[in-house]
Amino acid sequence: MTIKNVKKRWKDIPIGGVIVEPKTSLRNKTGNWRVQKPVFHPERCIHCMLCVPYCPEDAFIVEDGKLKGINYDYCKGCGLCASVCPVKAITMEDENVEQENDEK
Amino acid sequence: MNNLKIFVDSKYIDNYETVLPLSGAHAVAEAMRQINPDTVAAYPITPQTPIVERFSEFVADGKVDTEFIPVESEHSAMSATIGASAAGARAMTATSSVGLALMFEVVNAASGMRLPIVMPVVNRALSSPINIHCDHSDTMACRDAGWIQIYSENSQEAYEHAILAIRLAEHPEIQLPVMVAQDGFITSHSVEVVRILKDEVVKNFVGERKPIHSLLFSENPVTFGALELPDYFFETKRQQQYAMEMALKYYSDIANELTKLTGHAYPMFEPFMLDDADVALIALNSSAGTIKKVVKEMRQEGKKVGLLKIRLFRPFNYELMKSMLKHVKTIGVLDRSFSFGANPPVFSEVLASLRSENIFSFVYGLGGRELYESQVRETFDNLLKGKFDAKINYIGLRE
Ligand code: SF4
Ligand code: SF4
Repeated sequence: MTIKNVKKRWKDIPIGGVIVEPKTSLRNKTGNWRVQKPVFHPERCIHCMLCVPYCPEDAFIVEDGKLKGINYDYCKGCGLCASVCPVKAITMEDENVEQENDEK
Repeated sequence: MNNLKIFVDSKYIDNYETVLPLSGAHAVAEAMRQINPDTVAAYPITPQTPIVERFSEFVADGKVDTEFIPVESEHSAMSATIGASAAGARAMTATSSVGLALMFEVVNAASGMRLPIVMPVVNRALSSPINIHCDHSDTMACRDAGWIQIYSENSQEAYEHAILAIRLAEHPEIQLPVMVAQDGFITSHSVEVVRILKDEVVKNFVGERKPIHSLLFSENPVTFGALELPDYFFETKRQQQYAMEMALKYYSDIANELTKLTGHAYPMFEPFMLDDADVALIALNSSAGTIKKVVKEMRQEGKKVGLLKIRLFRPFNYELMKSMLKHVKTIGVLDRSFSFGANPPVFSEVLASLRSENIFSFVYGLGGRELYESQVRETFDNLLKGKFDAKINYIGLRE
């Protein structure tokens, strides 16, 4: 992975660590913090939405009252969702294990 | 009004309102009344000083427009002051001794967020043993906290320095908090004649604060005090160092502006019978007054002694110190605090001013930034080649 050094010099950033525009946290992709990854099993999901407010990164994708999946750009792999889900519709898997498909 | 003529040079008399018998603490409170800050937050019991007590009377009597916030601790006092300042207010507080120690965490936050808070500090000892009297352990413990520090010989200076500090803090290229120190009891509780400027003279001098960012500018929303990881923390801290360099650059301009109004000079370091001195003492705060008296007496006896009084301790002008002392054969440095196990603070700076050949500073690794072997090698190579342009250098900073 190549990382382009786009970091600014000290004279080019706002003083005092002030963040001068809103929504900059969108640029902070916390997904690369993950050691384990939550895997969503839609066939088990009862759409109770309990996982959604527990997620510290607001990483759940919800459409029309249904849980659709997880935004891995921001999911940091904390596992809170897996532990609160009442029907084990989210399981934690090691990040390096290829986990493309749900069982069956 | 008539006694003004006794105490004030006729050239400046129009700028003055009166002379009052004031303690150092009450003199500073008077300055605060004239500055009329938007917000003052303070914790009202010990180790607080009569500064805030008197100022709260001004608030109660409607003599200022200040929002006065009585908080539950010194830590909260600085926290509330930070909040007000980040909102764009001209915010002040005052403290002393262990109160400053309790504030310490947020004292650093104020400078880190570049908030131009002015805080008079009455210098008193830190516990333990418990002791309420004067020494400089409190502000010296904050000398690396990123605040400008101005030290005052007497009530008059404490009054004028508080007014000067507002302009210094809020200068667009500086934007740093300022501590204005005076000696506990010796200055803070001893009544002296203090010449008081007219309210409108002070008002015009301090002007209005023009914040660069404000939490309340809803059309330009900003965040103060957010997280910065190793990728940016060092750069933000380098800006603070630059701001101190700017304080050194602009200090004299601002001081000279005040001199035009008061007729008093505010040099960073003030010489007293130093020109032809063989021996000099260096001191700050009220002891400078004591030393001046002894210097005068000893001069009568034909002894070539002198004094160099430090007014601006942070930032510290090493070059100026060196040039002012170059003719002095023997120097004594007075410290009213320890740096246990090391050179006391003032001594340490004077020593650094005088003995600075072939030694360079390298600041590195702030906020978790790595130090690499290649950088160590490069530093060695540069040192082997000889001298650096700057005394203070940086490893791993994005210049
Ligand atoms: S693992 Fe944590 S961050 Fe990721 S989706 Fe679950 S709760 Fe959100
Ligand atoms: S907690 Fe479990 S069942 Fe409820 S919405 Fe989330 S994944 Fe589905």
